[in-house]
Amino acid sequence: MRNTRLAPYLLIAPSLLFLAVLFLVPLVQTVALAFQADGPGGAAWSTANFARMAGDLNFADAIINTFEIVVIVVPLQLCLALGMAMMLRHVQRGRDIVLWIWSIPLGISDLAAGLVWLAILTDQGYLNTVLNWLGVVKGPQSWLSYETPIALLAAIVVAEAWRATAIVLVILVAGVQLVPKEYGEAADVFGATPWQRFTKIMLPLLKPSIQTALILRTVLAFEMFAIVLSLGGRNFPVLVSEAFTWQYANQNFGVAAAYAVVVMVISLAATLVYLLALRTPPEQR
Amino acid sequence: MTLRRGVFLSGIAVLCAWVLVPLYLIALGAVGGRDAVNSWPKSFWPAELSLSTITAFMNIAGVWTSTLYSVEAAVLCMLFSILLGVPAGYALARFAFRGAVAFRLVVLLTRAFPVAILALPLTVSFIRLGLYDTPLGVGLMHTALALPFAVLVSASLFQAIPREFEEAAWVFGCSGITAFLRVVLPLALPGIAATAIFAFVISWNEVFAATVLTVRHKTLTAYLLSVLSESPLHVQFAGGFVLIIPSVLFIFLVRRHLFAMWGIANR
Amino acid sequence: MTRPGLRGLSAALLGATLLLAPPRAHAEDMVFVSTQMRPIEEAQKVRDTILKDAPAPVAYVTEDPPALPVRVKAEMQGGKHTISLIGALHGELQPLATMGALMTLDDLAARLKERGIPDEVMKLGQFGTGHQMYIPWMQATYLMVANRQALPYLPAGADINALTYDQLQAWAAAIQEKTGKRMLGFPAGPKGLMHRFFEGFLYPSYTGGVVVPFRSDDAEKMWTAFAGLWKTVNPNSTSYNFMQEPLLAGDVWIGFDHVARVLDALRQKPDDFVAFPAPAGPKGRGYMPVLAGLAVAKGAPDANGAMALIDYLAKPETQITTARAVGFFPVVKATLPPDLDPGLKLAVAAIAATGGAKDALPSLLPIGLGQKGGEFDKVFMDTFQLVVLRGQKPRAVLDRQGQEMQRILTETGAPCWAPDPPSQGACQVK
Repeated sequence: MRNTRLAPYLLIAPSLLFLAVLFLVPLVQTVALAFQADGPGGAAWSTANFARMAGDLNFADAIINTFEIVVIVVPLQLCLALGMAMMLRHVQRGRDIVLWIWSIPLGISDLAAGLVWLAILTDQGYLNTVLNWLGVVKGPQSWLSYETPIALLAAIVVAEAWRATAIVLVILVAGVQLVPKEYGEAADVFGATPWQRFTKIMLPLLKPSIQTALILRTVLAFEMFAIVLSLGGRNFPVLVSEAFTWQYANQNFGVAAAYAVVVMVISLAATLVYLLALRTPPEQR
Repeated sequence: MTLRRGVFLSGIAVLCAWVLVPLYLIALGAVGGRDAVNSWPKSFWPAELSLSTITAFMNIAGVWTSTLYSVEAAVLCMLFSILLGVPAGYALARFAFRGAVAFRLVVLLTRAFPVAILALPLTVSFIRLGLYDTPLGVGLMHTALALPFAVLVSASLFQAIPREFEEAAWVFGCSGITAFLRVVLPLALPGIAATAIFAFVISWNEVFAATVLTVRHKTLTAYLLSVLSESPLHVQFAGGFVLIIPSVLFIFLVRRHLFAMWGIANR
Repeated sequence: MTRPGLRGLSAALLGATLLLAPPRAHAEDMVFVSTQMRPIEEAQKVRDTILKDAPAPVAYVTEDPPALPVRVKAEMQGGKHTISLIGALHGELQPLATMGALMTLDDLAARLKERGIPDEVMKLGQFGTGHQMYIPWMQATYLMVANRQALPYLPAGADINALTYDQLQAWAAAIQEKTGKRMLGFPAGPKGLMHRFFEGFLYPSYTGGVVVPFRSDDAEKMWTAFAGLWKTVNPNSTSYNFMQEPLLAGDVWIGFDHVARVLDALRQKPDDFVAFPAPAGPKGRGYMPVLAGLAVAKGAPDANGAMALIDYLAKPETQITTARAVGFFPVVKATLPPDLDPGLKLAVAAIAATGGAKDALPSLLPIGLGQKGGEFDKVFMDTFQLVVLRGQKPRAVLDRQGQEMQRILTETGAPCWAPDPPSQGACQVK
């Protein structure tokens, strides 16, 4: 190959250029915004925005809520999707239908997913109808108010698991189908149990897919807010919904940008952790 | 064995119901109108099959046109992400080059940043460039969101395709590009299709940037966001349902393709 | 093996690409951006009924109030203007005037003189600049709506049209005792107008002001009383964006909201509901009249069209149509016809009772805060959240939030507005 040294650069150049213009430039502008505040002589460098953010009554809640969601939802989704991907291997008839049904939520926005679960969980919703019929509750009951924080958290977790497990599933299925069948057959020869086959062969081979899925899901989970907004309103502040509120309702772009920087730093840290923890040495590629 | 099979099949059925039942329920909410939304206890069957809420919703000025803008932006986003992202993903997977780590980091950094805020400084530059309030502008912005997906997913796809296949092709005299087109691409296509779906869906579902970057040519989500949160519940449910239908259909359209991905594993 | 799928995908791609030839049929319509009448059904009425006979085709676009200045500013900086006419509240138009985004409308104001817009209302549209920055468009206020089932629980001797906050609490408590449910509701959701309740109703009623007595002893008593009242409030209130839905669903029997946000309930079931003024406190019956105006953007693509549309919207017939369609009332001289629908009649009567109450204490929307309006509202909502929802002691919270409020006022230099006494320079929290 003559151009091997140049080839990778030519391949990444278009996307790099694109990201420089549509990502790095506004990013720098935003970070600058976060570290500036209006002083007597115009804008000056300062950490005032961060001080206001940290002093806000919702800041601690937003941090805690965001982490609660991520810590519960992401592992839940990974397990669920792994289970589904493994089950799919043993489905003989109707595989494409099952796969289709399971991937439907892939196309559902968090706005719509929030509305779906709102229909189920409102006071006069379907959940209460079923619970009422079972005799668990008497009449309409509220699950999404500030007085029922645990039920509210559970509702958001369920809605998020419903909506976004499909993304993990598709990435994993794409990974599973590239695992050569012979590996499993070889394991059979050595008399491996299904569980051993799963942990010793499937999981290690799926590592790149799992890494991709985890990174995408975690970062997205840090970003989610329409679902939280439609189910919890102002009862369940998360970091991005606070950024949105400061930007939109409070019209304070500096504090909004400060929140944005916090979300970015946290997501970046999580991403690095995944990259290091699930590193695939080049020789295994 | 049959018991295990039974447990297995009911597991599949439960997971299918887990996806489908909520969809059925919002459909009920969407066709039932205000009376059904306010009724208690809820009926699990539609009282009457009336599409009046949904037709009323679709007849509201702007819903159809904004649907069209949504499709425009989403298709543009899909094309840009694939055209830009797949080569970059290939480079990451196949070449060990100086700056690869840095490039991967930049890509990840993009994903690690909330969408919402980025659109704001962009507003002014988009106005200058004449991209403000156009589906193209929204599509470009959404590409910034979808491109990292495209790069990362296709990188991991190419990584999983054994290098030897390509090397074999080179031995048979294929050039790098031909080897890629003839050998690697067909194997990776299902995954690339999945990436394309991602890109489409990201754009179709994105709300904030679309809201900020448009006035009159609002995409469907942006349009819905500005009116939905202040509409009665039955209109909200109708809106949610309308948002969901195309994605269900789109996924249905490529389901064979998703199935074909499965076919490769049986090779 | 992947062929059929691929063909499907390429067909979809191709089909979608064909759609890229964009239909720009209405590209030349004049853009009318409004922060009022945003809900989907109301906006539709604006397009179908109010703008039906407009002099030229209009693209009616709604925008959230906080987003309006962002968009206008962006269009100014970018130099590409799409917006011609802006319809918004008095307090929302003021920051636009301050940033120089509005055309002066002195000639138009002179021409519209014979329409009979009261002078003091017309003058509000000048923001004290001596130039007409907007033309008054329509007015409204907030009111209370109750389900008739709640009426038997009214405390003895209480007149529903002259209720006090203590009586409201006794009323809601009686309902809670008998039914076991908390049936009082407020629009304290993310898009609700709860902050207006504090700024225009509760504070004036208890303290006679808004900013100056923000952390006074009266205010402390007020918050303690309101925390007591909240014990009878439906906990879903922090999710309600407007009250007509919970009222219609029967989740709430007594609710407070903007007239346009309860009108649907009154209209759907006029026999089930009554409408009445907000309660009074020790200092009077605080209430906030709402005035919306029409302004033309500087650099508007179609300034003449925008002015022609203002002329049209300020016609008595159009104003009556507007009242009928969306429940905002005329600012020009126009007599509402007797054949209004029963729901609208309930609202009209309650609004008249509010303004005409002996102890009425009108309170203006915050003025002069510019972009800080959102943060000003946040001070009230934060205080509410800390004192009422989290049960903190009002004194400490008020002292802290009072500093925050002072910071906002000092930064913007906004002088006091009614019912606070006028001030030299920035309004001061006592």
